[in-house]
Amino acid sequence: MHKVYKRIERIAGNVVMLEAGDVSYRELAEVSSSQGTSLAQVIRIDGNRVHLQVFAGGRGISTDAHVRFLGHAMQVPFSSALMGRVFTGGGLPRDRGPAIAQNMIDIGGPSVNPAKRIIPRNMVRTGIPMIDVFNTLVESQKLPIFSVAGEPYNPLLARIALQAEVDVIILGGMGLKHDDYLYFRDTLEEQGALSRSVLFIHTAADPIVECLLVPDVALAVAEQFALEGKRVLVLLTDMTNFSDALKEIAITMEQIPSNRGYPGDLYSQLAARYEKAVDFDDAGSITVLAATTMPGDDVTHPIPDNTGYITEGQFYLRNGRIEPFGSLSRLKQLVNNKTREDHRNIMNTMIQLYAAFRETLEKQAMGFRMSSWDRKLLKYGDRFEKEMMDLSVNIPLEEALDLGWRILADCFEPAETALPTKLIEQFWPKEKGGEESKK
Amino acid sequence: MTENIGTIRGINGNLLSVEFEKPVLQNEVGFAQIEDIRLKSEVVRIQGTRAEMQVFEDTTGLRVGDRMEFTGDLLSVELGPGLLTQIYDGLQNPLPELAEQCGYFLQRGIYHEGLNRKTRWTFTPAAASGDEVTAGDTLGTVPEGIFTHRIMIPFRMTRRYTVEKVAPEGEYSLEDVIATLRDADGNTHEVTMVQNWPVKIPIRCYAERLRPSEPLVTRVRIIDTLFPVARGGTYCIPGPFGAGKTVLQQITSRYADVDIVIIAACGERAGEVVETLREFPELTDPRTGKSLMERTLIICNTSSMPVAAREASVYTAVTIAEYYRQMALNVLLLADSTSRWAQALREVSGRLEEIPGEEAFPAYLESVIASFYERGGVVRLNDGSTGSITIGGTVSPAGGNFDEPVTQSTLKVVGAFHGLSRERSDARRYPALDPLDSWSKYPGVVSDEDVQYARHILRQGNEVNQMMKVVGEEGTSLEDFIVYLKSEYLDDTYLQQDAFHPVDAATDADRQKYVFGRIVNILRVPMHFDGKDTARHFFQALTQTTKDWNQASQDENEFKEIEKKLDDMLAEVTEHA
Ligand SMILES: Nc1ncnc2c1ncn2[C@@H]1O[C@H](COP(=O)(O)OP(=O)(O)OP(=O)(O)O)[C@@H](O)[C@H]1O
Ligand SMILES: [Mg+2]
Repeated sequence: MHKVYKRIERIAGNVVMLEAGDVSYRELAEVSSSQGTSLAQVIRIDGNRVHLQVFAGGRGISTDAHVRFLGHAMQVPFSSALMGRVFTGGGLPRDRGPAIAQNMIDIGGPSVNPAKRIIPRNMVRTGIPMIDVFNTLVESQKLPIFSVAGEPYNPLLARIALQAEVDVIILGGMGLKHDDYLYFRDTLEEQGALSRSVLFIHTAADPIVECLLVPDVALAVAEQFALEGKRVLVLLTDMTNFSDALKEIAITMEQIPSNRGYPGDLYSQLAARYEKAVDFDDAGSITVLAATTMPGDDVTHPIPDNTGYITEGQFYLRNGRIEPFGSLSRLKQLVNNKTREDHRNIMNTMIQLYAAFRETLEKQAMGFRMSSWDRKLLKYGDRFEKEMMDLSVNIPLEEALDLGWRILADCFEPAETALPTKLIEQFWPKEKGGEESKK
Repeated sequence: MTENIGTIRGINGNLLSVEFEKPVLQNEVGFAQIEDIRLKSEVVRIQGTRAEMQVFEDTTGLRVGDRMEFTGDLLSVELGPGLLTQIYDGLQNPLPELAEQCGYFLQRGIYHEGLNRKTRWTFTPAAASGDEVTAGDTLGTVPEGIFTHRIMIPFRMTRRYTVEKVAPEGEYSLEDVIATLRDADGNTHEVTMVQNWPVKIPIRCYAERLRPSEPLVTRVRIIDTLFPVARGGTYCIPGPFGAGKTVLQQITSRYADVDIVIIAACGERAGEVVETLREFPELTDPRTGKSLMERTLIICNTSSMPVAAREASVYTAVTIAEYYRQMALNVLLLADSTSRWAQALREVSGRLEEIPGEEAFPAYLESVIASFYERGGVVRLNDGSTGSITIGGTVSPAGGNFDEPVTQSTLKVVGAFHGLSRERSDARRYPALDPLDSWSKYPGVVSDEDVQYARHILRQGNEVNQMMKVVGEEGTSLEDFIVYLKSEYLDDTYLQQDAFHPVDAATDADRQKYVFGRIVNILRVPMHFDGKDTARHFFQALTQTTKDWNQASQDENEFKEIEKKLDDMLAEVTEHA
């Protein structure tokens, strides 16, 4: 049987060090002390000195704790019995259901061979014009919601998840407020989606190291479902907590920080997770939607910054709306040429005009006289915000495009939009005031 | 050869500390062994009897006491016919072959020859017995797709040799001997069609380096007209995330006027490479009428692939570029993103506990970047022909701030700077090159005088715009306001270009000369309006019509019709003397 070690040499933060032999890198161990038993993982070996990251944290671990190495790295069970269940980051049941231990799979496995990927091709319809028209979401996309704490990013995630046509929903909660966890669970339940969902939940009250496991566990399970041909949607909220957990470990290990205390490999660490999003050439897909709260509403903070460089765009949530600036779906061009011929032009033109509107607002705030063009822009911006940007709007893409034309026609002369003449001939509404007169 | 075996003593992420007895080389390749899996590694530092080695794979499962098998070789690539159209990882493993062997995932420890040994190539001799030759000289040629691939004396054979025998015309596979050479000491050497070259050492088999002077047409208007790239030149594209670096490189990889394009996808998204590797075989190269893939080679080490191989990938790419340059071809190397490679250096440096420089990058970052870009250039080969490597690298600065070490080190060595701005990309002004900040030291394709005038208008327009923010439109003279409108017009209709429109996406040099000439003329004409609203209204209409013009193919009637319409519009506002 596995040898038990009974002496810990060093305890710092959540990392303990002991002398042990024949230990393999990333191997799991069980650390038992009067506080109970926790799993731990080998994160560094230096001769016979072995550093372990303890999942339940270093607090209360005694120098005579017992350490038993398990001979394998971290694994999770995989089967359809996971559906409808709630687990911890460590893969233990959080609901009252039985533990599952068959068919264990490794987490943090190798990346998909790019040659086995295909170009994403299916639009995910959300009914939200700011997404469907301006930043179309695509199956297999990896995309975070950037927002400050307090914005309704969790309800937005839940809404997209429920609206999207997917086979499996996997929720990875990191540092989640308990209320938010219950919100997700109840919403999925009410909408009849819980039976096709698996929840891996780490709450703010749980040991921080378990937070680090959540994305790997959630994505490993997602990958198995996708290989079975399922379309899987993974929700990861909040990746900022995950990144902060990484930072904590790095500091404990005395790594030289690169930027505001975050480790130099933050980019690679985040990428290893986000890149699990995939469309397989002859199996299913994984779409990853995440929440990234921005400390101090600062996009240049290392967490949103590194995330933005990895993901395929981001939805910028501010004041309860998806901002057109800063929001981006990089995959939109793969699908918006197959929706309707006016889609791309409406998308670009309306944003350019909205940008002009913002400039006019600034001029107005400075007290400058408004030209007739400014007045047109003011009218336009107001309608754009109310009828397109408001998150309560829930209409299909085609209706949203028609609405776009109506707003443009109500506010501008055709040439002022700089839209191609051909499209104007085809789509410009003949009568004005369509939307307003209906109200 | 006797075996050189070391013992693993420490494991920290992908960095191993290995105890050795027999001599070990810096940058030597070794294989760490876990049971029957062999993990490729490279020596990065030697101290006493310890070698620190970075592993190109995930190190899970390695133990202290495990074996390290040193190979005596530096990290190298295979050079020979069959490189083009390939999709390699950073260590030159062909990804499609790996997929065939391992399925969906990249299994660690599985390596595959870079070049297919079974393919037969039709060899035509060029040298004859009795010829005096040296490294890089051509022994014969084989057709490789649309190119005549030179089979050269291996670059490491730098002495002088006499050709003893060259194989007659016929079909040969890579490892067949195609020539026998004799050196001055009377030793004979057999040469095949494949050779190895260590990636971190530049290939220098040429007579001299020349100054890059000929424009490399990318068909992106703002680049070719305002911030041109030269064949054999170097340039960088820094920009915050989402500003359009990758799209710009994708466009360039399609339309650039060069023989061969090597795409090094270094630590970026797998999805972006997939777009290229799935689409290129279907697209035709306007220059040759053949599939675009025939002139393309992809080195793909995306962000979730092992970090150490990311660093190797840019060297693999540039070494292959040098190989084709030796055949007197013009090669374009596009690296996206050089910051990821710098970060890989930083990760290793951190684990080595080296004294960190700014933002924890190693102190040698600058010299590493400089020597990479130095591998670009135009050269006159020993036979008098010329070949070139143009290097374009994207930079992904933290927080989008160009005052960071990678951007700054790069700016010191490149010949053109295409800085992308967040403001422009937010406003959907693509390509988001900042027309006031960017620069180039290379000559362009349009008239220099016109370029100066356009720059002048852009600068003035910007000044007026800044001023208007303070004094408002009402405080601005009509004359200044027209300058502002003109600069916006130039921006909207010429500098901006829709990468996804079939016609607008690429503008060839002739069309650029023609259209730019016309647009600058419009900028030069004095115009008369009775007020700002009329002026704005006129320019809005003019912009729309010019954009229609951009979308019209030059050989269609529409092109002429719209041009006529522009003339008519202008006639109405032009001041007559
Ligand atoms: N020339 C262009 N024309 C139209 N759209 C563009 C253009 N350039 C960029 N875009 C839009 O911006 C998105 C992001 O561009 P891109 O992926 O090139 O950014 P990037 O600078 O490479 O970002 P990162 O550093 O995160 O990789 C594209 O997916 C596309 O929607
Ligand atoms: Mg990019």
